[in-house]
Amino acid sequence: MSTSASSAVPDVRGYFGAFGGTYIPEALFAAVSQLAVEYEKARRDPEFQQRFAWLLEHYVGRPTPLYFAARLTAQAGGARIYLKREDLAHTGAHKINNALGQALLTLRMGKRRVIAETGAGQHGVATATAAAVLGLECDVFMGSEDMRRQRPNVLRMGLLGTRVVPVESGSRTLKDATNAAMRDWMESSDHTHYIIGSVVGPHPFPMVVRDFQSVIGRECRQQCLAQIGKLPDMVLACVGGGSNAAGIFYPFVGDTSVKMMGIEAGGRSSQYGEHASSLCQGKPGVLHGSRSYILQDDDGQTAPVHSISAGLDYPGVGPEHAYWKDTGRVQYVSITDKEALEAFSTLTRQEGIIPALESSHAIAQALKIAPTLPKDATIVVNLSGRGDKDMDEVIRLLGKP
Amino acid sequence: MNRIDRIFRDLRAQGGKALLPFLTAGDPDVTTTAALLPAMQQAGAAICELGIPFSDPIADGPVIQESMHFALTRGVRPADIFQAVASQRAALSMGVVAMVSFSIVHRMGVGSFIQQARAAGFDGFIFPDLPLEESHDVRAQVAQAGLTCSLLISPSTPLARAEQIARACTGFIYLMARAGLTGERASLPVDLTDRIARLRQVSDLPIAVGFGISTPQQVRQVLQAADAAIVGSAIVRRLTSCRQQPAQAVSEVTSFVQQLADGLVQDTAHK
Repeated sequence: MSTSASSAVPDVRGYFGAFGGTYIPEALFAAVSQLAVEYEKARRDPEFQQRFAWLLEHYVGRPTPLYFAARLTAQAGGARIYLKREDLAHTGAHKINNALGQALLTLRMGKRRVIAETGAGQHGVATATAAAVLGLECDVFMGSEDMRRQRPNVLRMGLLGTRVVPVESGSRTLKDATNAAMRDWMESSDHTHYIIGSVVGPHPFPMVVRDFQSVIGRECRQQCLAQIGKLPDMVLACVGGGSNAAGIFYPFVGDTSVKMMGIEAGGRSSQYGEHASSLCQGKPGVLHGSRSYILQDDDGQTAPVHSISAGLDYPGVGPEHAYWKDTGRVQYVSITDKEALEAFSTLTRQEGIIPALESSHAIAQALKIAPTLPKDATIVVNLSGRGDKDMDEVIRLLGKP
Repeated sequence: MNRIDRIFRDLRAQGGKALLPFLTAGDPDVTTTAALLPAMQQAGAAICELGIPFSDPIADGPVIQESMHFALTRGVRPADIFQAVASQRAALSMGVVAMVSFSIVHRMGVGSFIQQARAAGFDGFIFPDLPLEESHDVRAQVAQAGLTCSLLISPSTPLARAEQIARACTGFIYLMARAGLTGERASLPVDLTDRIARLRQVSDLPIAVGFGISTPQQVRQVLQAADAAIVGSAIVRRLTSCRQQPAQAVSEVTSFVQQLADGLVQDTAHK
């Protein structure tokens, strides 16, 4: 099954190799088709692209820096570690790139309301922010368990004028928030756009979100050439649904000298229900509109998942990651809660950068792998978000400093 | 000839209409589901739609969501449901179709799932999250097994697409009375009769209407134009209210389905 990965995906039916597609109720078909048609037009419309680029530069603060982490490198004792500072983007994570892009599409489609699902709250805050700046109504669905874990983000969304709808069904986390958003959209799509926060869902969402996020990888590639004088040896990113990883990986797909690694949530253990490693431990399945690697039981019921980080706590993953896994273009590994928490502390103490618990998984893998590489090798880690939102959870686990 | 086709052929010959009650299999337990099958037939159901519980039923409203969740927490598995249907099949003339998420079918294996369902005595399928574009291989395998596959048509489906969907259906077409989720509603949409009439122009297949139908009056109203009325949440709500005494679920649900079956008789006073 291993053929080389192409960046000319998905095909017209929304497939990345054997993954992707459009597994949705007929009630959503018209809305999803409309998005596909409008997105194709927007993609070719210089005015749309200019407006998006302008917002990314002047509102989000792009390009985000590529930062050489000297003290982290010294501590790891090996390859040079660079951080792509998405934590410095407006609202504190990469999620804003996609939220603004899709909010612009919403305006283009003549719709007045956006909805979103959120786990860590970063995509919810990003969508609430995009809605505020572009004058859209906004409702965000969030599992009540995640609302407890990510309270500051719940408060931020409220201040931004967004209604946060608690989801009490199922595991009360990201998967259930996604169900709730899809149900809302089924009854509201005539005036509402659903801003999916990751490279998941039915076609064209995985492509749309990847494209809006790929600004990360395009910048990073140029910055590497300008600052280091060559492409990096390795690019690392954490993977829940996989949007920050898709964003940084995609522009490097054709650069075969660049090794890429996606880091999943290993949770408490590799036992069923104790982690969220869909690619490392799941099987091909169908969930939330597409075929990908899914954590399910033998009957196809979605497995319970666990991660210390609410943003990685998801039983599926974007179909393009499944494609990259099967073609061997990207290697996927997992990092446990404990390792992520240690990396969180290390980066905070060594560099004065408090990372999101999601991004801490990628940092942990960098710390593992750097010592195995020569000192002139370079690793880029996508630091997808900042950790302010995780303060309560980290202090609960580590105790007060 | 498939049992579903025969049921509609016979009904059409007599000028009759069909009632399709929906039950969540395994709520309150599979024994009750098995007992309900002959009771549904007795009460006047032409076909029973059995919902296979799924952890993430995105097209279902709160009543059916909660019911499926309950069945799953009780450990109900597709194999148990196959067994329940198999235990009753010989004594039933009623059709039985499975409403099942493609997530389940994909994981269990399309061919294997269809064979197991057929062996148990299911007559057809409704896959609520499998649109026309992704359904080709599945429909081919269902057809090869001699069973029916009903795809859904939504109010947002343009007529040209509805025609394509209708052509891909076997047994009957599932026409959604409204956009959105399953659940009870006070009234039927005003354009429903027109939508049925337009669909008639492009397809001869029987048309079953569901989503939001919950009273004998609504059943009667729908059947003025459609061939079959599907009632789900209103039945499941009664089912879930009997969890303390599963034995009562049978009589409670049966008497409600009997009332709904009154809607099968067209009352001239209402015309």
